[in-house]
Amino acid sequence: MTDAPAHLAVKEHQQHPIGLYLLVWGLLFVLSAFSYMVDYVGLQGYLRWSLILLFMMLKAGLIVAVFMHMAWERLALIYAILLPPLLVLVFVALMVSESHYVLFSRLTFFGAAP
Amino acid sequence: MSAPTHSPVTEPLPRPSGLAGFAADWASDQRTFKNVSWGKAMMWIFLLSDTFVFGCFLVAYMSARMSTVVPWPNPSEVFALHIGGSDVPLILIAIMTFVLISSSGTMAMAVNFGYRRDRRKTAALMVLTALFGATFVGMQAFEWTKLISEGVRPWGNPWGAPQFGSTFFMITGFHGTHVTIGVIFLLIIARKVWRGDFETGKRGFFTSRKGQYEIVEITGLYWHFVDLVWVFIFAFFYLW
Repeated sequence: MTDAPAHLAVKEHQQHPIGLYLLVWGLLFVLSAFSYMVDYVGLQGYLRWSLILLFMMLKAGLIVAVFMHMAWERLALIYAILLPPLLVLVFVALMVSESHYVLFSRLTFFGAAP
Repeated sequence: MSAPTHSPVTEPLPRPSGLAGFAADWASDQRTFKNVSWGKAMMWIFLLSDTFVFGCFLVAYMSARMSTVVPWPNPSEVFALHIGGSDVPLILIAIMTFVLISSSGTMAMAVNFGYRRDRRKTAALMVLTALFGATFVGMQAFEWTKLISEGVRPWGNPWGAPQFGSTFFMITGFHGTHVTIGVIFLLIIARKVWRGDFETGKRGFFTSRKGQYEIVEITGLYWHFVDLVWVFIFAFFYLW
């Protein structure tokens, strides 16, 4: 019998109760229904945007944490996968600034009607 | 144990948890992802790169929508369906969302039954997942047909900002491609599970390696990612 030395990988299976998956499945359904209701009811403005973002993040978190088993992984993997996408937010900030500038140019120098 | 006097370690040393564990795992000349196989780690890294692809699409969409001088078409009206004498906003997209979430649920169950070595249930659940995925792609094809017949083109549309068509076809088209690839991937693995390849140690066609039930979980990671991307597309493109 060969035992894995400490520096090698450990075989671990992601085995969790079925009930947990059913619970998350149900929660995802409810959250999707909520985000659909935001549009159906016709909320507008900051309330609409913050609710959309809230339900989106909750759904994404449930999928990654439970369905993709991230909640049971070691921090080495969690940080390697979940931190880099945060840099997209920097890109978003850059492009928001750029979009304002493009809009300003179109209105000011290209005579585009607002 | 071949040499008990030399190495008394019968099981892996307990690794520290938390931040100390994070630093220990990444430090020095060793394998970083301790309890994750190369297959799973590579799938995660591929998904990370795919995150940036879809991130770029959504940022491009945001830039187009923020800088346009003509109004953006209202997705709530554009994607409404005429049912029972009235327009129901976004109904097709809502159904597509529920179909994809259900497919994620069946996939998670398939992974679970895979590790229990329940071949029949695993294969059946994977085929069900693939069916949900195919349904999703079919509904997307219907949606594309409807929009194209109404005059939406990558360079213009009847309702407003011309960039609407190009971002719509680009983002949903790329996502639909991912779903289609996922369906094919699922059916291939489901067939292997059904045949018992992972019980008998049959070698795979490409790498000639023996497969394990872990491939079901790796396929699941890809499939859940497709669902995950849809969560963001639904929020930013359809609801915003």
